[in-house]
Amino acid sequence: MATTFAHRVCPDTGLKVCRHAEALIKANAVVAIVFLAIGGLFGLLVALTRWPAVHILPADLFYLALTAHGADILIFWIIFFEIAILYFASAVLLNCRLATPRFGWLGFWLMLVGALMANVAVLQGESSVMFTSYVPMQAAPHFYLGLILFAVGALIAVFVFFGTLVVAQHEKTYEGSIPLVTFGAVAAAIIAVYTIASGAIILIPTFLWSIGLIGDIDTLTYRLVWWGLGHSSQQINVAAHVAVWYAIAALTIGSKPLSEKVSRGAFLLYIAFLPIASAHHLLTDPGISSEFKVFNTSYAIYLAVLASMIHGMSVPGAIEAAQRRNGFTRGVFGWLRNAPWGNPAFSGMFLSVVMFGFVGGISGVVLGTEQLNLLMHNTLYVTGHFHGTVAAGTTLAFMAITYLVVPLIFRRELILKGWCKWQPYLFGLGAFGISMLMMGAGTLGVSRRHWDMTFSDATLSFDYPPAAFLMMGLNGVFAVLATIGGIMFIVVVVGSVLVGKPRDEETAKTAPIIFQGGGATISGHGGEATLKLPGTVTLVTVFFISFVLYYFVNWKFLSEVWPLS
Amino acid sequence: MAEPNNTQQHDDSEAGDDERIPPMQAIIDNPFLLLFIGVAVPAVFYTIWGIMEIAAIPIAK
Ligand code: HEM
Ligand SMILES: [Cu+2]
Repeated sequence: MATTFAHRVCPDTGLKVCRHAEALIKANAVVAIVFLAIGGLFGLLVALTRWPAVHILPADLFYLALTAHGADILIFWIIFFEIAILYFASAVLLNCRLATPRFGWLGFWLMLVGALMANVAVLQGESSVMFTSYVPMQAAPHFYLGLILFAVGALIAVFVFFGTLVVAQHEKTYEGSIPLVTFGAVAAAIIAVYTIASGAIILIPTFLWSIGLIGDIDTLTYRLVWWGLGHSSQQINVAAHVAVWYAIAALTIGSKPLSEKVSRGAFLLYIAFLPIASAHHLLTDPGISSEFKVFNTSYAIYLAVLASMIHGMSVPGAIEAAQRRNGFTRGVFGWLRNAPWGNPAFSGMFLSVVMFGFVGGISGVVLGTEQLNLLMHNTLYVTGHFHGTVAAGTTLAFMAITYLVVPLIFRRELILKGWCKWQPYLFGLGAFGISMLMMGAGTLGVSRRHWDMTFSDATLSFDYPPAAFLMMGLNGVFAVLATIGGIMFIVVVVGSVLVGKPRDEETAKTAPIIFQGGGATISGHGGEATLKLPGTVTLVTVFFISFVLYYFVNWKFLSEVWPLS
Repeated sequence: MAEPNNTQQHDDSEAGDDERIPPMQAIIDNPFLLLFIGVAVPAVFYTIWGIMEIAAIPIAK
């Protein structure tokens, strides 16, 4: 190793942990979790308002809470956490020093100030424009300014990540290509650059418009460019949480990808093709051609869907292969029955894989089909779909890896082990419930972002079917469950960081928390090189059958909307 | 400090072996080329194409 830098050697993984990277990972993760807590509570308030029998908030506060929920949880929680992942995947996994730590801190403070500023604006009540802030709705100038500062900070952090890759390459701190998990982080970082550039292009003029320097902003252009930010940022999440899946599988059961090459190829497809799917948000917008819509949401995007399916097959496949290597060879599902279900990092990861695929993935392909989109556009189905992706998928994956970050990076033992064990199941079940129920209500036409589904003060009254009311009530129940899961997570993490027993070299030996050799697996190379995976083949077959059936059922629904015969 | 490695070029020469690196591998190992692809593709197919379509909408009289 060429240069020396301030670091410690992790007794658990054997990796060199750069002190600057460590401090920045901690700072970003802590702030992320604070925003998760705030945003989650707003989510509960929103769900309780949409529970017809409870209807807790008045209309103006409902839209305020909805704005805060979207911004705090989708933007601030997720992106702060992703920055922590980028630093981990670069400096730590490459055994290298972090490039320009000062810029890392500059980025951090800009993001924090920006996030606080946007929160203040929302709480003052003059910026209830939802996190999409469609013009001509106008928020207070410091709402946009906050988002812009946040984005600039995030961009700086992304370039610290790229800088660290360059440092590692020059100082030859790794051999061959970068590890797969780092490559996934590269995909996330690249998508982040496009995301933030789109944000800058649209939010800077919108800010100028809010202070009166620009006359007006074209609504359609706003939607087009804004979704370059809004959608692509979800693809940062996908790339990042897939990288997290691989990381957790390596660290908890020592699994390698089935084929490193194929998984890398899938990340490459993400880099090239994921962000264009932004067009699925414009499927009902007039003035944009079907060629544009169909190219960007079908022909080209199926390449990205293909990539997700590769990962969706590769992760369980890798787990099965590793488990069989570890001696759990009985039957088709012995490897699954004997998986470490009591380890929250593992269980959270596995639930995230399954729910992201079955709930978020299938519904996403349906919504992204131009013709089918007409059935569900702007209904709660959309909200149900993306709670499948970002709550049950990304958020659960990030929670899962936090169970490793606390002992490995914060060097604290987890407190309340029993809570840890149950937390992923509770949150997972809650997130699953709200996703399915909102999708159900949306199928019956219930709109999203709507305070009163009874239309009590509307001039023209309208009745949703009773089933829709039932589902929104049940949605409230599952929201409470998800919130309990969320609170347990916050208590465990904050508690462990503050009062958990320090984890020293002794405990690393006597109470290992990662699979033996996991540190070398996650930062090394190689695949499982087997395809004898009957369990995974069964799971994937079930997935495809559900996918195809559900897809065609929706075409059938569509044909019934406008009977042509 | 002493590198057993005799090649001085920093790229391409992983661990000093002279094996030809396959083109796909070269792409995947170059994050800045990937960055270019990852920004150019959506910029062209989504942002620029989309703005051209919006700009072509006739203005109401
Ligand atoms: C305690 C867990 C959660 C509950 C109870 C919850 C509940 C809800 C509900 C009821 C809505 C509003 C639907 C509407 O009226 O349009 C909503 C919207 C939303 N949620 Fe969640 N959610 C939770 C977690 C999450 C997570 C973890 C994320 C993202 C990481 C998320 C992202 C969003 C976004 C982006 C919106 C849309 C806001 C908008 O339309 O402007 N939620 N959520
Ligand atoms: Cu999208």
